[in-house]
Amino acid sequence: MDRYLLIVSTICFLAAVVRTGLALRSGVFRPGKFSFFTIGLGFIFQTAFLSIRGHALGRCPLTNLFEVFIFLAWSVAAIYMLVGPVYRLSLMGAFTAPLVVALQGFALIAPIDIRHPVKLPANAWLEFHASISLVAYGAFALACIAGVMYLVQERQLKTHQLHSIFYHLPPLTDLFAAITRLLWWGFALYTLGILTGFFTGHPLPRIQVVAAIGVWLLYAAILQGRHLRWLAPKRVAALCIIGFSAAVTLLWGITFTAEMHPLP
Amino acid sequence: MNLFCIGLSHHTANVATREQFAGDATAESIVREAGCAEALFLTTCNRVEVYAVSNKRVSTDEIAHCLTRKIDNDPHDYAPPFYRYEAEKCVQHLFRVASGLDSMVVGESEILGQAKKAYELARKSGATGPYLHRLFQRAFRVAKQVRTHTEIARGAVSVGSVAVDLAQRIFGKLSDCKVLVLGAGETSERTARALISRGVSDLRVSNRSIDRACELAQAVGGRAVPFDEWAVQCQEIDILITSTASETPLLTPDKLALMLRERLDRPLFIIDIAVPRDVDPCVNEMEGVYLYDIDSIRSVAEQSLTLRRQQVAAAEAIIAEHVTDFVDAISRGSNRARQTAEHPSLGDSLRPSEL
Repeated sequence: MDRYLLIVSTICFLAAVVRTGLALRSGVFRPGKFSFFTIGLGFIFQTAFLSIRGHALGRCPLTNLFEVFIFLAWSVAAIYMLVGPVYRLSLMGAFTAPLVVALQGFALIAPIDIRHPVKLPANAWLEFHASISLVAYGAFALACIAGVMYLVQERQLKTHQLHSIFYHLPPLTDLFAAITRLLWWGFALYTLGILTGFFTGHPLPRIQVVAAIGVWLLYAAILQGRHLRWLAPKRVAALCIIGFSAAVTLLWGITFTAEMHPLP
Repeated sequence: MNLFCIGLSHHTANVATREQFAGDATAESIVREAGCAEALFLTTCNRVEVYAVSNKRVSTDEIAHCLTRKIDNDPHDYAPPFYRYEAEKCVQHLFRVASGLDSMVVGESEILGQAKKAYELARKSGATGPYLHRLFQRAFRVAKQVRTHTEIARGAVSVGSVAVDLAQRIFGKLSDCKVLVLGAGETSERTARALISRGVSDLRVSNRSIDRACELAQAVGGRAVPFDEWAVQCQEIDILITSTASETPLLTPDKLALMLRERLDRPLFIIDIAVPRDVDPCVNEMEGVYLYDIDSIRSVAEQSLTLRRQQVAAAEAIIAEHVTDFVDAISRGSNRARQTAEHPSLGDSLRPSEL
């Protein structure tokens, strides 16, 4: 039953992607309420899925790689719903939907929804640590999406080839301001996530700790480089994409090792 | 009742012909002299048109005569290329005109304001009645819908508006931007004025002749800067408009690199409208610098026009829908009117079966 909710949610996000694709193909891009509506609907189904799964498990649904991917997709959609209207980045939906479809599509197709043979006990600190870290990943994902938008806009301005989408992208300075804010929000949440990891009451695998600190250092370096003006906005945008790709890879590694060596 | 439109536009007549008919005629005089029930006179730099409603048929020559009566030329002498649209075709033509589809620059919005002004003038003089009122109110609605639901008005098509558009894509709000105009040419002035109209408040003008710089600065509300200080100014400004008569580039990557060192990482938008160019094209490859010369600005304008032309079909579809709806509504109204009082109404002339 809960997987059907997820399929419907993915179809909603896919509808937003298809509409954007058709608009781009016809040479005319017009962001409208459709993207926000379909993403909103997809988000409701995602929330329903996580809620049902959480009730069934009796804890936050972050027990395997499948649930981690869905929670990450949920975080991305949630932060978009908050950030999009606030920063008037309505076009962000056109870039957010494909990422969510990719995450959920992969989670649905790959055989990674492996249930634990025994019911895992609830651990408030561990669940808070995992969920807050994934929300931070959601912020990093949105920073990555804003980075893609920045690079698209910058490229069009440099090459003097202005596609219809150009007129709907936010100004470069506004996009960069959004990237910076998302990076700071993501970094603060991620720091909180790492700190709470030490209160779970169980020793964490060393590889997980090293990987988590590696991601933390990467984003700390981007923010410090930006603060000291060593990194130009274009490089920060590119690093947001590289950083998020690295972070997702590490997340996979962390979840994989966690499945190999589950915490009691 | 007959609804018709008679006119000349840039499609059918050159400016010399058009100006002969854009004289002192008013909607009121057309009503009086041609015996129309209602009339509206729309005159712009690209068109001279009369929209009218009459009980009897009014010939094109009669309208032409009203338009030319104050000059010596007789329209019969050389048969000016007037077009005439009646009933449904007239409705469609007005909707196309108001939406900017019939304009020289497709999608321009000025025509809508001109049509509203013409309607207001005719209404105040008492030359319009219920038929033209309904027709023009619907035309304004259609024009708004076309602009909202298509990309027909998207993008800029003149040097000044392209520069403003690009500046807004880079900086967002222009109120905090500092602008330096280097070389006080006519195009620079127009571009500077366009930027000021969008909120720029800090504008500096530098020219080899300080008198000319002061003159332009005064005209646009900026301040003059000595020509030998322009390089120092580049460290502070966000937008540079150059149009000097220099034979060699004033700005090269080496020179700019020194200036940018002090600028931290704010973007720099350079509009080089000089020929020969004032700025070395390699400058565009520098990080955070966006250089547009006159050719690239024209290319952007052409891309905007192409985008607008691609939208014509979508706009025509909206218009066609409204034309059908308007004709049906008028026909329904006329049927009701006939049931209550047997006199001819506009719907009789608009019913497609009778066209």
